[in-house]
Amino acid sequence: MTKLPNWADIVLVPLVSLLFAAIISALVLLAIGQDPVAAMNVMVTGALGSPYGWGYTLYYTTSFIFTGLAVTVSFNARLFNIGGEGQAQMGGLGVALVLLSLPVWPHWTVALVAAALGAAAFGAAWAAIPAYLQARRGSHIVITTIMFNYIAAAVIVYMLVDVLRPPRQMEPASARFPEGAALPTLHDIPGLSLIFTREVPANVTLFIALVAAFLVWVLLWRTRLGYQIRAFGQSEPAARYAGIDPFRTIMITMLISGGLAGLMAVNNVMGEAEKLVQNSSEGAGFIGIAVALMGRNHPFGVLVAAFLFGFLYQGGAELGLWTTIPIEMRIVVQGLVILFTGALDVMVRMLLARLFFRKPPPEVAVAARERA
Amino acid sequence: MGFYADLLQILDSTLRLSTPLLFACLAGLFSERAGIFDIGLEGKMLIAAMASGAVAALTGTVWMGLGAGILASLCLAAIHGVASITFRGNQLISGVALNFLASGITVLVAQRLFGQGGRTPALSGDARFGEIVLPLTETLRPVPVIGPFYADVISGHALLVYVALLCVPLTWWVLFGTRFGLRLRAVGENPGAVDTAGVSVIRMRYTAVLITGILCGFAGAYMATALQAGFGKEMTAGRGYIALAALIFAKWRPWAALWACLLFGFFQALALRPDVVENVLTVKVPVPALDALPYVLTVLVLAGFVGKAIPPRAGGEAYVKER
Repeated sequence: MTKLPNWADIVLVPLVSLLFAAIISALVLLAIGQDPVAAMNVMVTGALGSPYGWGYTLYYTTSFIFTGLAVTVSFNARLFNIGGEGQAQMGGLGVALVLLSLPVWPHWTVALVAAALGAAAFGAAWAAIPAYLQARRGSHIVITTIMFNYIAAAVIVYMLVDVLRPPRQMEPASARFPEGAALPTLHDIPGLSLIFTREVPANVTLFIALVAAFLVWVLLWRTRLGYQIRAFGQSEPAARYAGIDPFRTIMITMLISGGLAGLMAVNNVMGEAEKLVQNSSEGAGFIGIAVALMGRNHPFGVLVAAFLFGFLYQGGAELGLWTTIPIEMRIVVQGLVILFTGALDVMVRMLLARLFFRKPPPEVAVAARERA
Repeated sequence: MGFYADLLQILDSTLRLSTPLLFACLAGLFSERAGIFDIGLEGKMLIAAMASGAVAALTGTVWMGLGAGILASLCLAAIHGVASITFRGNQLISGVALNFLASGITVLVAQRLFGQGGRTPALSGDARFGEIVLPLTETLRPVPVIGPFYADVISGHALLVYVALLCVPLTWWVLFGTRFGLRLRAVGENPGAVDTAGVSVIRMRYTAVLITGILCGFAGAYMATALQAGFGKEMTAGRGYIALAALIFAKWRPWAALWACLLFGFFQALALRPDVVENVLTVKVPVPALDALPYVLTVLVLAGFVGKAIPPRAGGEAYVKER
């Protein structure tokens, strides 16, 4: 008997993994002579203690929902898309090219739809090549997507320095996006502006992210295609036997995954920076891996995990501002979360299974003793 | 002066830049030949660079730094081993996790020790690997063509450069000339057969992973104490992934790994001298294109356009003993 009850598998395993990551993080802080409790206080106050903090936390959350969903979709087909970072950056290029193509945009909704299409198309295209190579030529998708991250970075540098940079500008960045392309932030939305009384980076993309999470859930668990994707992930031979085309499944899965990663650019490039800069995604593509693992490859889990990492990112930035703890602390936590939820989950499961099954319930133990 | 001098200079930096790639590539070779994927080469190099930079700065001796680098790298290797061998976790995810861990921890520790924004102090004198002038350098220098080549390219590198080059025949001999090597390769192809022969798969794989740790330690220590004078944030800059690319390019073979690393090191050296590239090709090549070349080549190899790269058959799969 080694199978954990369902609720333990869904709730307890991630929680215990998170607990492990938190304990080790606290130990790391102690080791560099910092106070973990004080650090936690700064993080909570900075990320959740004010509307301004929430504005940043939700902004990061939005990005992480997209990249987390991207990894989730690919994981469900047992394809490990590490290329979210490159796909998100190419998505940023798509946003920039679309928005800079018109001198002025009539309304932000028009700009939003156009930019989102551009972002998704570029992200998907960047995932398409590794997907094709995996499906047709058997090249390992993990390695090809890593390589494509670096190639994307090089493409972006080239585009920014040699193509998109306006004349007489030193900084390798595109021109500012034209009039009418700015997205409303939570401060600009009637009703919410009562809470967010100042400009915050969180913007309407947040709602698109929530809709995207719902749509991914519908796709994976309520459609024929989603069933095919999950069946393919469970067992390729079985899926093949059932008439599911592996080539088609790999391609569609990766196009959706890349498109979702690309859509992240609507949040950061269009919603916040309003121009394309180098390394626009700032590692959010990689955080998607942690978010998907933490969220147990389920869109609703991804929402929770993305918020957690949004908190971690904003809180970590506050640590860098107000304490002597370097901002890199959040990368340590991110690594630990991936380690415990992703690579050491068997350990956590074994530990929990021991708690659940090895120790007999008290009455059984008493009965055994009486018999002896 | 002129073209030959430029060429010599580029070849000289090729050798310097290839060295960390070569250490890391051979490191990955041991691990992957034993059936353990390791995309954590980058993290191990980085943590070794920090540890060696820090300890060399504190003790003033480069050898202590090298030892510390190897130890730090071994720690990460051990975690990777526990996660992927003992607990049969996903080896790719474990590698990704350790890369992040190293990326953060290095800055935290360096900042705590030296308070210089995550750097370690600049090293000099005995705290660095000095340049070794090989014998006969000055005698041979007047010989046309070969003389300057020997003096400027072959001679005058840090000790670790030559160690890395020696590691190539050593690795080849260990893997293909010893019983240990035969077993290690077998564990990566068909662990069940090795188990049947009464050899512990677990122990073989741990040994391989620890050798990987040691070699990555050399790679990192070289970065911080020879190639540069101290550790800087994210100083490995994706070299672990380039090494991985070189490993695939070399189809998991030691001698081919040497050529792959020299080739990728050559690209890195070219990216430092875009003016020379422009003169030779007579067209302006954007620097990013040179930066991306190793990755593009690797993708082409993976796609099977430049020979087929077939990884060790049991790679990435945990071994479960039959009961």
